[in-house]
Amino acid sequence: MSVEQEERAIRCLVAKVGLDGHDRGAHVIARAFRDAGFEVVYSGLHRAPDDIVQAAVQEDVDVLGISILSGAHNTLVPKVIEGLKEYDAFEDTLILVGGIIPDDDEDELKRLGVAEVFGPGTPMEETIEFIRDNVPERA
Amino acid sequence: MGGPNPDEEATPRAPELSDRDAELVEELLAGSHRALARVITRIEDRAAGHRAIVSALHGHTGGADVIGITGSPGAGKSTLVDKLAAAYRERGDTVGVVAVDPSSPYTGGAVLGDRIRMGSNVGDMDVFFRSMSARGQLGGLSMATADAVKALDAFGKDAVIIETVGAGQNEVDVVRTADTVAVLVQPGSGDDVQTLKAGILEIGDVFVVNKADMDGAERTLAELEEMVHRREGPTKGLETGHHGFDAPEHPDDPEHSDASDAGDESASDDPEWTPEVLRTVANTGEGVDELIAAFDAHAAHLRESGEIEATKRRRYAEEIRTLVRSDVGALAAGEIERRGGIDRLAEAVRRRETDPYSVAAEVVAPIVDCVETDRE
Repeated sequence: MSVEQEERAIRCLVAKVGLDGHDRGAHVIARAFRDAGFEVVYSGLHRAPDDIVQAAVQEDVDVLGISILSGAHNTLVPKVIEGLKEYDAFEDTLILVGGIIPDDDEDELKRLGVAEVFGPGTPMEETIEFIRDNVPERA
Repeated sequence: MGGPNPDEEATPRAPELSDRDAELVEELLAGSHRALARVITRIEDRAAGHRAIVSALHGHTGGADVIGITGSPGAGKSTLVDKLAAAYRERGDTVGVVAVDPSSPYTGGAVLGDRIRMGSNVGDMDVFFRSMSARGQLGGLSMATADAVKALDAFGKDAVIIETVGAGQNEVDVVRTADTVAVLVQPGSGDDVQTLKAGILEIGDVFVVNKADMDGAERTLAELEEMVHRREGPTKGLETGHHGFDAPEHPDDPEHSDASDAGDESASDDPEWTPEVLRTVANTGEGVDELIAAFDAHAAHLRESGEIEATKRRRYAEEIRTLVRSDVGALAAGEIERRGGIDRLAEAVRRRETDPYSVAAEVVAPIVDCVETDRE
């Protein structure tokens, strides 16, 4: 028995990938996550998929939220997922995508391993609730 | 709590490594980034088994130079750390960074923003950057940081940088787990330099005026110089009176200016380390090489003067004390629970039914009993 109290926190990476300079949404999400008691790492703008993978692996996040408003999700998201698999980090990372994603693409992203896609106007509570319900268990 | 028997809980035992954790340790030592990240998470969570993991790693540590960087918010710590990491990488060293940010005392949440500034090292996996939040642990933060540094050290990082805001005892404790401490100051912050006197001045081995291209940099440099020399105290100053000229960055000794150019000579003739005062412009990388030279000089000084052993002993003593305090504290917390919880006890004190001293004595009594029967 450990006498110390375990202090678990849900860690999230809020990531902006590619040529997309709009991060107001990402900021709002980051703050909402913080207020929900999560620990949020924000990637900053214009990151390459590799950078996101590096951050997700090193920070050992439970949740990776990718915000894409550029329309390049079909190329960028698979690259991130590839990279996570390379580092053996795909299985226990909850991957979320936020942005304007057409329905067909959404199905394809989910097939690749994205847990959920949140479009514009999604209430913040819904996203937070989804994370709480689906955050991968760690043994 | 609610363990079956308090005696059982108190039985001393070495932390035992489970098979899965042993595997994790193996993977970390073999160079798996994922395993390293996982181990740091376990350490941060104070999760079951983390002690055994750190115990197993301890034998593999000692290879890294550990640098602490602190300073007021906005002083440019993250940007400087980024440039430092890049400079270390350029000379072939691998780097670990632990960046500590405060968490909200209300929700426990935190936005860990230091990573945004790591622009020079994105995509370079040999810079392992990890953000940690304070999570409000009392005294536990410095322990968690020190353990995370051990994980990076055991992983084989050549240099490990701890970065934290220099506000408050927690942060001071964190940065004290480093071998070499750099304190960052902004120009034109005359009052800032004044506030440094309390606590921060004593822990700095190197003082850095960052954003040195801004107005007021010269004045801040001068103020720091003056303060550093005043800190040496009148007696020390009188012995030789030439500390300033001995400063390791002194360039007029060509035979030392090759490999690790700075510091060796002054370290050997001078048993006392005189904190260096340097200027950097983190945005452009100006002064970063000199800063690394100063870190190397301080590391060389610690080794050659034998101070490193004393420093390490002091640190491990502190770790042992912290662990013991936390364990004994947890036993006491269990006793408090058994007596109906802290709120009930506090309410009883408020109603003047008892007083804090009596409550404390009652809570500790069973622990004291155990210790005393054990000794007989």
